[in-house]
Amino acid sequence: MKRLTFHPCGNYKEHYGQELAIFETDFGRMWAIIGIALLFGAVPFISSPYFLYVLNMTGIAAIAALGLNILIGFTGQISLGHGAFFGVGAYAGAILATTVGLPFWAAVPAAGIVTALVGMVFGIPSGRLKGLYLTIATLAGQFIIEYILVHWDSLTKGTMGIMLPAASLFGFEVNTDLRFFYVIFVSLTCVTLVASNLMRTRYGRAFIAIRDNDRAAEGMGIPIFFYKLLSFGISSFYAGFAGALWAYYMRAISTEPFTLGLSVEYIAMVIIGGLGSIPGSIFGAVFITGLNESLRFVTDAMMNFPALSGFGLNMASLREFAFGLAIVLFILIEPKGLAEVWRIIRSTFRLWPFSY
Amino acid sequence: MENVQNETLLQINNISVVYSDVIQVLKGVSLKVPRGRIVSLLGSNGAGKTTTLKAISGLLKPENGKVTDGGIIYDGRNIQNQSTEEITRLGIIQVLEGRQPFKYLTVEENLKVGTATRWTKPYKKDLELVYHYFPSLTKRRKTLAGYCSGGELQMVVMGRALMAHPKLLLLDEPSLGLAPLVVKEIFRIIKLINEEQGTTIVLVEQNANMALQIATWAYVMENGKIVMEGEAETLKQNPDVKEFYLGVGAGGATRSYRDVKSYKRRKRWL
Amino acid sequence: MEFFFQLLINGLSIGLLYGLSALGFVMIFKSSSVLNFAHGQLLAIGAFFFLVLVSWLELPIFVAFLITLAGSFVLGFAVERIFLRPLIGESLIFVIMLTVGLASMFKGLLLFFFGGNLQTYPEFLPQSMAIQLGSIYIPPVYVASSLMGGIFLLLFGLFFKYSPQGIFMRSVADNQTAAMSLGVHVKKVFALSWAIAALVASMSGIVLGIINGINVHEISSIGLKVFPVVILGGLDSIGGAIIGGIIIGLLETFTSGYISPSLRDVIPYIVLVVILLIKPYGLFGLAEIERV
Repeated sequence: MKRLTFHPCGNYKEHYGQELAIFETDFGRMWAIIGIALLFGAVPFISSPYFLYVLNMTGIAAIAALGLNILIGFTGQISLGHGAFFGVGAYAGAILATTVGLPFWAAVPAAGIVTALVGMVFGIPSGRLKGLYLTIATLAGQFIIEYILVHWDSLTKGTMGIMLPAASLFGFEVNTDLRFFYVIFVSLTCVTLVASNLMRTRYGRAFIAIRDNDRAAEGMGIPIFFYKLLSFGISSFYAGFAGALWAYYMRAISTEPFTLGLSVEYIAMVIIGGLGSIPGSIFGAVFITGLNESLRFVTDAMMNFPALSGFGLNMASLREFAFGLAIVLFILIEPKGLAEVWRIIRSTFRLWPFSY
Repeated sequence: MENVQNETLLQINNISVVYSDVIQVLKGVSLKVPRGRIVSLLGSNGAGKTTTLKAISGLLKPENGKVTDGGIIYDGRNIQNQSTEEITRLGIIQVLEGRQPFKYLTVEENLKVGTATRWTKPYKKDLELVYHYFPSLTKRRKTLAGYCSGGELQMVVMGRALMAHPKLLLLDEPSLGLAPLVVKEIFRIIKLINEEQGTTIVLVEQNANMALQIATWAYVMENGKIVMEGEAETLKQNPDVKEFYLGVGAGGATRSYRDVKSYKRRKRWL
Repeated sequence: MEFFFQLLINGLSIGLLYGLSALGFVMIFKSSSVLNFAHGQLLAIGAFFFLVLVSWLELPIFVAFLITLAGSFVLGFAVERIFLRPLIGESLIFVIMLTVGLASMFKGLLLFFFGGNLQTYPEFLPQSMAIQLGSIYIPPVYVASSLMGGIFLLLFGLFFKYSPQGIFMRSVADNQTAAMSLGVHVKKVFALSWAIAALVASMSGIVLGIINGINVHEISSIGLKVFPVVILGGLDSIGGAIIGGIIIGLLETFTSGYISPSLRDVIPYIVLVVILLIKPYGLFGLAEIERV
């Protein structure tokens, strides 16, 4: 059976394999490969160190956002604790690297697993709670984890923070932005593949069934509590993995960043990107990180002008305003997210000039 | 007098409806509803019956649908693409498919919501009227609607609509998922409401047999078009309708599903 | 023992405040099932609006109070009109996310205009409102806020149970499409509930400001406290909000009094999770009726 090169003008699929294919056409696969090649071959060499740093942060955020999208977008369980799970990952990575002395390649996935376990513990309420009540239970998780991170001095060194050793992989010191770029983006490519394949398995289908109607899913014989926990676990694994990468990249961590604000940022990424869309999570991460960085850039620029520096001080509060405004405008203009924008652009080209 | 009776209350002229600017569901539907009569709209799933009702009642908008062509004239006014608030205040009330009660409100509170179009006026008499038509609701007054049975819910949602003093009632599959006896009862009441209150009714149904018994005129829809229309009595005798909707073979005997093979033999009127 | 009673009184009054702050939140939830993350900011806006009128413009207290209420009513109305109306019919999570965006917008604006410092109202409640019970002293603010809480609880209860608008609001929360098909003015219902919510919020904001002083961060964080309060009581129960508030208030004061002050801020959440595991819809919430 020859694979299709172009999109057919109807549904001519003959077996399930075609329905499930990640790339519907050879064109799609080709573009994806070209994109990845450009990303690894060209992008790092033409970008400035600062831009590379922004890219790296985006990559880390994208991994965590992917995880959250599995939970919210595919399983339909809204979690407000993702920022805290990211923090758990960062701390797990740091503690495994310093106190336990694991090497980089082992510490990061191990941190992911630790976080997955923690996430499953906080996912237990999902067995009884639904909808907004569950959302608030995860909010409780966020605050409880934050409290533990600050007050479990013997393990987390409290507000002092932890310094991490330099990462090394296969004998290479991963110490520059460029080297981290490869580590982060290879990981991102892998976890994206895992996520999109996951959604094609029985597990992914069970998640989607639970999202669409959990009672009906239960009636079909899907053990929903198990799958909900699993979804919490996978999503927290992604968060923990990203957190540990972040800890290594920053080299020093403290308890401050892992607040409710961070959780909200991740939810913003998932929603702005597009719920239940794998590329959407990445779009969302790019958008939010980009927004944060450009707002900071503007504020810094204003601080450097002596005439404006007084005003620039106030700008810090306006940054929060602009962040909120961007989210609000986005939701008002295209609530289905960037993934939908992308889809509309593509199908407009494909179907032009007849829209239906 | 006869003249007034036959005056057209609602006229739909060749409308087409498009969802999300992409999916065309109705492709030129025209129909007429005479004042004070019951008009039935038949057709298989996805034929566009519900969409037609929603086009009339203005409920397309929240679903991102739009009437792109043609016109809907009600009582001499053009009402296509107006908001539901305005349309309901003109006296058009739609009873949604699948019984959508307010689950957390008691039966009586459900009925009170029906007064939304005229909530400043007294409604005690109307409550009594609804309980008169649906006596089994009387003892359920204070029960949360979520705990009522399917038949009772159908009565609640119809009673709720009656509270609004509708001139035109759009009923979407009132028999859905109900026991045959309950269906009979519901249809008896529909007929009664029509006769006693003079309410004009558009009835969308899968149960063609029952619908044709109480309707005076009927339309058959398929694929977003009207493919047949006529007096209910005439349609009942039509061999195609008989075979596909009433399950009666050409010879008059009830046929088993094995013989029908409707997916193969089904006639398309395109 | 005296320590215990003082803690009890403190806890009760703080709890009542939480409950009062939660009322507006429940209002919005009851009519539109939206979790309003900008609630803390609505509280703060009310408090600052009153501050501007009283301290800067030096209006008489009563006039300032009325203007604040009217102003916040209009604000709530405007917020609904501008930001929430376009989202009618969209999935809830978008609306919730929108309120998150609104929260940071409002917070940014407040910080821009008023800065992050603590400000206070001039003293204006008459000392005669204070109550002395043996050795226990209840300051006038607490008396005033209990009175207000009681009155509003009663008003809201009656409103939702008997008034047509109250029933319409509940019907919209229950099934928006069905309400629309019956001609309920869904937009009007939303606008009204936001306006009333903002009004109640600004009132609670003023009371909070009298007790703790006015600080953007401080008051905004009360907005988050509202979550355990309302969930504990059950999201849609107005009486539950007050009782939930009192439970949380007592928990906080007793934990910080007897165990450790640092545990004070997490204890509500720990108890919340435990209670939710036993009663998934809070203490007084309606169990979800599901029919598949």
